[in-house]
Amino acid sequence: MTSMLTRAVGAPLPRLEGPAKVSGAARYAAEYPQDRMAYGWIVQSPVARGRLDAVLTDPAEEDVLVVLWHGNAPHLEQTDDPELAVFQSDRIGYRGQPVALVVATSLEAARRAAQVIHLDIAAEEHDVELRADHPDRYTPESVVPDVPAVSGTGDAETALASAAVTVDVTYVTPPLHNNPMEPHATIARWDGQDLILYDSNQHPSGIAETLGTVFGLPAERVHVVTEHVGGGFGSKGSARPNAVLAALGSWVTGRPVQMALPRQAMFSMVGHRAPTVQHIRIGASQDGVLTAIDHQTHTQSSRLFEFVESASVVTRDVYPVPHLRTGHQVVRLDMPTPRWMRAPGEAPGMIALECAMDELAERLGADPLDLRLRNAPRHERVLRAGAERFGWSGRDPRPRRRRSGEWWTGTGMALATYPATAMPSTARVRALADDEYEVAIAATDLGTGARTILAQIAADELDVPVGRIHIRIGDSTLPRASVAGGSSGSASWGWAVTGACRELRSRGGREAVFDTTELVREQKEGQHACGAHFAEVRVSAVTGEIRVSRLFGMYDAGRILNPRTARAQFLGGMIMGMGMALHEESVLDPAQGTWVNHDLAEYHIPTHADVEWIDAAWLDEPETGLNPMGSKGIGEIGIVGSPAAILNAVHHATGVRIRDLPARLDKLL
Amino acid sequence: MRLTVNGAQHHLVGLDPRTTLLDALREHLHLTGAKKGCDHGQCGACTVLLDGRRVNSCLILAITQQDAEVTTVEGLGRRGEPHPVQQGFLDHDGFQCGYCTPGQICSAIGMLDEAGKGWPSAVTEDDDLLSDREIRERMSGNLCRCGAYPAMVPAIRQAAGR
Ligand code: FES
Ligand code: FES
Repeated sequence: MTSMLTRAVGAPLPRLEGPAKVSGAARYAAEYPQDRMAYGWIVQSPVARGRLDAVLTDPAEEDVLVVLWHGNAPHLEQTDDPELAVFQSDRIGYRGQPVALVVATSLEAARRAAQVIHLDIAAEEHDVELRADHPDRYTPESVVPDVPAVSGTGDAETALASAAVTVDVTYVTPPLHNNPMEPHATIARWDGQDLILYDSNQHPSGIAETLGTVFGLPAERVHVVTEHVGGGFGSKGSARPNAVLAALGSWVTGRPVQMALPRQAMFSMVGHRAPTVQHIRIGASQDGVLTAIDHQTHTQSSRLFEFVESASVVTRDVYPVPHLRTGHQVVRLDMPTPRWMRAPGEAPGMIALECAMDELAERLGADPLDLRLRNAPRHERVLRAGAERFGWSGRDPRPRRRRSGEWWTGTGMALATYPATAMPSTARVRALADDEYEVAIAATDLGTGARTILAQIAADELDVPVGRIHIRIGDSTLPRASVAGGSSGSASWGWAVTGACRELRSRGGREAVFDTTELVREQKEGQHACGAHFAEVRVSAVTGEIRVSRLFGMYDAGRILNPRTARAQFLGGMIMGMGMALHEESVLDPAQGTWVNHDLAEYHIPTHADVEWIDAAWLDEPETGLNPMGSKGIGEIGIVGSPAAILNAVHHATGVRIRDLPARLDKLL
Repeated sequence: MRLTVNGAQHHLVGLDPRTTLLDALREHLHLTGAKKGCDHGQCGACTVLLDGRRVNSCLILAITQQDAEVTTVEGLGRRGEPHPVQQGFLDHDGFQCGYCTPGQICSAIGMLDEAGKGWPSAVTEDDDLLSDREIRERMSGNLCRCGAYPAMVPAIRQAAGR
């Protein structure tokens, strides 16, 4: 159907929105000027548990239009997310919970009024610390993304007891915060009974439905505009309170209201990656064949919502072992609700699994690469190709052997994996004049390259140059799309776009609409993208400073639709993985029930200076039977395993095993 | 008060004296190229040029800058011709979500000027003030959560004529 001349898929096409992004013309949620705009500022609970009895405002504060709290807020309908029912109850479930909203005619006035507000609170004793032996822990029914919490094949206990070699270790990962550079923000405006939202999110269709429910409106009365999004990494996958607060403020004041969260508020209101305590045991024969794995995760959620970080689930997919047991326990604390953060489950889970595998290799006296080759057949090709390009062979396995001047050096590796899925979506294609086409779908581009890739797919299917395709995304009034999450965007939306284009070509006419719901239901289950990460670090013998000298990822993710944007996705994931290994941690103050380092000065993410040599490569082969493009998702696999590769390299350099993340220098001294 | 931005003079009537330069640009002049990532001088997303020097506009009160020349990302380049740093970002895919990008670009322009004047950085060892290591060090006040750093360094190197 497609002539070779117009083949756009697979070409390194620059991002279509590039010129808008480098010139400042690209508009993000808080950047749509409105007549008589008012500004919202939230008041957050200073206690982790208690009851809010009254809110007292200073009548001298000028320019304040309204202060909303549970004593005067309009009624809202419940959704499956209790945190969206703002100001509906006097209960305080976590420190940082929004308990009042100030709406004023200027940002400065709103902020000032919120600062001087008086809250009459009856504080109660709180419980905020995760412990593996917490008396209230329980085994949930399911864990993210809705898979059973517990699994088992064979008899892991007996197999571990009789294994020739075992590792029995506990890895601890801290709470982490997504921190997209664009804070969660909304401008809301009511047009009669219609609600218009300019909102920063990963799912305009879903936000419209949710806000419709909250305000008792059909979804089509809610119009969500999400043209550009300044990152999300999972935290913008569902409606957050900022959207509800803006709409509420606008409803009450009759003005458009802008509600942009301050960075500090993002640490409590929009989700985070839950901390985990992971107990992992691996058994192997003397010649390095795995016989049994047991991986148990302890984690936490809030009082309001059960979200269980599924760290043990990844262990079900990587190494086929005859005896496998995995499970999760969760405890509900007086803390903010954890939510999706890039590769929820896989990212922390692979740290425990792949660091424990490195410990096993050490105990066996085996090369870590050989141990993987022996036990992970699915990864064989990426392992061999990756090791070759990184220059793994000839590595001396002994730790703390290589030093030049101040610096110890070492190398480490780890596997990567991520499920390949698609979700139901609908796309519409219209033939315009002059052999041009409009492709419309309510997808979003968070910096993934989605807009560009969809144009490439449509161009090939319609057999025209990419310049003839006009892409419309980022608007809930377009055909319904699935969330930009779970590394499923390109597969889901590309499938719908392909279907609509083929329909138009086969049926003729001016317009075709294609819904993938039925096709997706029959998609091939249990498919994964896989990869291998290799790291070289140097560690200062004087200060303990860790530098990542080289970081390399080798991937097999089906057909790569655009190598230019794919590379950015892989490297971006690996860099966030570096942050997970070395920099990032939200530090709990148990007395206050809050994270003390709730800003970008103290929550450290990788900077320019942290990233030295980094590269990614891939086996570019379409996967048949998955989706018409033959692609697998790539947005998350870079953060899966890359932290373990770095930690294993730190051990190789120094001889020190760090089992509680991140690997700060004080843990090496 | 008056504010000169990208060569044009603006008169802002009744501006709240607490208004930062960033909010004056974004909320009053609707120049939303400069971004708000933290409002506390911690991320660099709001970087603009003040008389040619890079500053975090969220840390500056607008009213103190009546005599300054403010340049934002919207004022770079000429007549559809991107500035060499903007062109570098386009050529090397130096961004993903694009939210840190205007700040990175303004910061890079200010940084190249600083290096041109011979100002050293924390890693300066010799005369080469624009090695990759120098660029990374000098750009570290601008955070990018998407991790587009490896593409920004060659973009800036290209703009520096290397
Ligand atoms: S917004 Fe000014 S430094 Fe972050
Ligand atoms: S491009 Fe997204 S934060 Fe830099």
